[in-house]
Amino acid sequence: MSELLLRVRDLKTYFVTEQGGGTARAVDGVSFDLHAGETLGIVGESGCGKTVTSLSLLRLVPEPPGHILPGSFIELEGRNLLVLAPKQLRAIRGNEMAMIFQEPMTSLNPVFTVGDQIAEAAIVHQRLGRRAARARAIEMLVLVGIPDPETRVDAYPHQLSGGMRQRVMIAMALVCHPKVLIADEPTTALDVTIQAQILELLDRLQAELGMAVILITHDLGIVAGTVDRVLVMYAGEVVETATTPELFARPLHPYTEGLLASVPRLDTPLPRRRLHSIPGQVPAATAWPSGCRFHPRCPYAWARCAAEQPPLLDAGTGDPASHLVRCWLLAEPARRTRTSPP
Amino acid sequence: MAAWLVRRVAASGAIVFAVVTFTFLLLHLAPGEPFLPGADTPIDPAVVTQLRHQFGLDAPLPVQYAKYLVALAHGRLGESFALHRPVADALADAIPNTLALAGAALALDLLLGLALGVYQAAHARRLPDVGLGYVTLFLNSVPTFWLGLLLLLVFGEWLGWFPVGGVVDPVVHASLPWAGRAADRLWHLALPALTLGCVGAAGTARYQRAAVLEVVSQDYVRTARAKGLPERRVLLVHTLRNALLPLVTLFGLSFPFLLTGAVLVESVFAWPGMGKLAADAIFRRDYPIVLAAAIAASVMVVLGNLLADVLYAVADPRIRVHGE
Amino acid sequence: MNPRAAFALLGAVLLALFVVGDVRRRAGLGAAGRRFFRHPPAAWGLFILTFFLTVALAAPWVAPYGPSITLEIVALKNQPPSLLHPLGTDLYSRDVWSRLVYGSRVSLSIGALAMLVAVTVGAVVGAVAGYVRRWVDTALMRLVDVGLAVPRIFLLLMAIALWEHLPLALLVLLIGLTGWFGTSRLVRAEVLTLRERDFVAAARAAGAGAPRIIFRHILPNVAAPIIVSAALGIGNVMLLEAGLSFLGLGVPPPMPSWGNMIADGAAQLATAPWTTLFPGVAIALVVMALNAVGDALRDAFDPRRATA
Repeated sequence: MSELLLRVRDLKTYFVTEQGGGTARAVDGVSFDLHAGETLGIVGESGCGKTVTSLSLLRLVPEPPGHILPGSFIELEGRNLLVLAPKQLRAIRGNEMAMIFQEPMTSLNPVFTVGDQIAEAAIVHQRLGRRAARARAIEMLVLVGIPDPETRVDAYPHQLSGGMRQRVMIAMALVCHPKVLIADEPTTALDVTIQAQILELLDRLQAELGMAVILITHDLGIVAGTVDRVLVMYAGEVVETATTPELFARPLHPYTEGLLASVPRLDTPLPRRRLHSIPGQVPAATAWPSGCRFHPRCPYAWARCAAEQPPLLDAGTGDPASHLVRCWLLAEPARRTRTSPP
Repeated sequence: MAAWLVRRVAASGAIVFAVVTFTFLLLHLAPGEPFLPGADTPIDPAVVTQLRHQFGLDAPLPVQYAKYLVALAHGRLGESFALHRPVADALADAIPNTLALAGAALALDLLLGLALGVYQAAHARRLPDVGLGYVTLFLNSVPTFWLGLLLLLVFGEWLGWFPVGGVVDPVVHASLPWAGRAADRLWHLALPALTLGCVGAAGTARYQRAAVLEVVSQDYVRTARAKGLPERRVLLVHTLRNALLPLVTLFGLSFPFLLTGAVLVESVFAWPGMGKLAADAIFRRDYPIVLAAAIAASVMVVLGNLLADVLYAVADPRIRVHGE
Repeated sequence: MNPRAAFALLGAVLLALFVVGDVRRRAGLGAAGRRFFRHPPAAWGLFILTFFLTVALAAPWVAPYGPSITLEIVALKNQPPSLLHPLGTDLYSRDVWSRLVYGSRVSLSIGALAMLVAVTVGAVVGAVAGYVRRWVDTALMRLVDVGLAVPRIFLLLMAIALWEHLPLALLVLLIGLTGWFGTSRLVRAEVLTLRERDFVAAARAAGAGAPRIIFRHILPNVAAPIIVSAALGIGNVMLLEAGLSFLGLGVPPPMPSWGNMIADGAAQLATAPWTTLFPGVAIALVVMALNAVGDALRDAFDPRRATA
């Protein structure tokens, strides 16, 4: 196993809502490890806390409404990120740990050229002069596969297509060769064909630069193709974690089961039933259900599920902590019979 | 970009032309005779006919229109009925004073408004912001001339810090060295410019506060922080550069306000500018001056908008490429 | 002031408080209403507007004296505020407070009427231009360009200069007719997007003609920006009327308007500053209230915009 880069333990990020809606417990105790060269996927529906988790890693959560609770622990190569002074934190952002966002159009400053925006991180972190930084920006444009880089370096974001803008975002994030890249739904705003290109690009860059990648997505197809390990999130918590092949072969949490069953399959004959969907809706972060948070929507739920919240239980693959599931079914496997129709 | 500029200038020219035509139509279609100020001074009908002929008012309309345009093109704006001098001369004397007042007020407006707006946004929803919010609301709602009167009363009469009117000291000015003359002018400019400037700044501050708050919540600001840029750079370079764009628009929009304000403020402070000239001319039914002042004001507004559009295109690359 | 007037004043204040409280309660039931009252100035603004509206309507009861009543000519000339005359007297020995009360009728009505004209013309022009497009649109928008190029006061000065005797009603009409340009652009922009919507196509398919579509289908959907525009527009008209009256071109004496009261007072600014001060404060309060309410309405109608 390659070296451990990032350790997150019991991360909790809460938001204070206006008008007395209560506290939104967006991230409520998330833990995971990230090793060098590994791609970790965080999967879940909107509202499950995956984006807030990623923003919390770089402490980009806006402080007035949000705050990371003491007791949370984020360690990058042995340094606790949550106690760093602002200056030291800034030295890490964009430099050792970088992030790309979902919407490339609004995430790029419209009044500066893409070249300037890419070069900026290099100027700030590596103290390159303007000429050298510009050359580096052109290098990065080549690296991410943008044609005609010498001209494109002076283009403005609105002059580029969506796919190219996302490549520029990637170039901007990688210019200082970070050890960890966080990609928050990098392809959601793009066409399917461009999606494939971007994912391929990320894959190639990861191999070339030896980075670790945290890929956040709601798309299981992307997970299957590019990710080594998966973290399934629901209601602010991790409900299942496993290697990708293991997760797809043996999904143990009812939510994961539901997600996988919702994907229409092309390789089996058309069922004459309706497409599967998980009944109900994601609850509001201000009022997570008691006990197991998924129990209102779970086809197997019984009394214990409403009363006690399950901890992460080992699924028993032999390799400790390689497949963990937050579900009482692991303690009482006999209960795995549907009480509601599939 | 050049093509766009040419189109914009042509459009501005068209607007000025339309204003000129409109004033012509107004002059000739409005009721009332310029030479009959009332029953108190009856004029011999023969004299009226002669005057009408002299001013060319008895020719057919299109002919008058053509003559009007030609005269305008030559800078002849007619003769003032009451002042007995060419309108163009009277305007030429008055306009620089209005420009000085408007310029000083605009500078105060933009600088103070920008500072206040940014400060308020930086302290959004906390006490300084809320307090200043009420102050700007108040200043934005007062009649400009009333504020002028108040400032005149407090700083002119009671405290005696500033003079109560005029452009220069009528007695002393001519004998001062050039530095003293400049200071004298500035001293007289202070209160009127402050009046106009503060009211304008209040509006600008409210606008700018909203602009900064909107920009600060944009994704690209988050990206800038994610890159590890120092907060000062995030604010000054990324945020402000975008938040200043609306200010350019405001600059263009403030010309009508400044000119309207000029009419009133100049009357309060006896400032011999275009506005006072027009206001005084009303009572004397001296239309040539009123119309010429209106045209001059329109030209300033149009030029101001043109300048603002050009500045905006320079500042915002998204406008440049696609044109208007 | 006499007891009847004092009680009437108190009644006006209480009525205004009650109305605001009631509106607040009812509005709290809807999301837009809650958004409106999220701004503290909005509630204050509503109070001030209701108060002045009540005072204007109940002028004969609230004002201790009639507006043109000159009291003891010599003894009471230019008296500072006192118990009997809470806002003092002016140079014609008239009670300032009474004139302020009666002046509210004039200033507020001028504001409302002129704005009504402006908003109506602006909405219709904007809707027609935006819906019909082609040469009608171009022609109307050129007209708007001209209207916006000449500062409003100059337009009015020109009109006033050219008319021999301008009746007040005509002046109000002219003020309205010089203020519709901005609204028309706003409405046009909205209509341009709305005309592409399906409900317009459906109406056309059902055989509705352009006027019907514009007035029955499109304009109601543009109500929100029009209302905000109107609230802010009244304030502008009141300031403009004050300015014109200050120049001697607005409301003719002896009828009091807040503007001509300031004009009267300006002549003895140093000796009797209260005659200038209070009408100006009144204007400022009402315009502030209108601005506050207008801003709050804007946020209430379109929650995406709210940044305050």
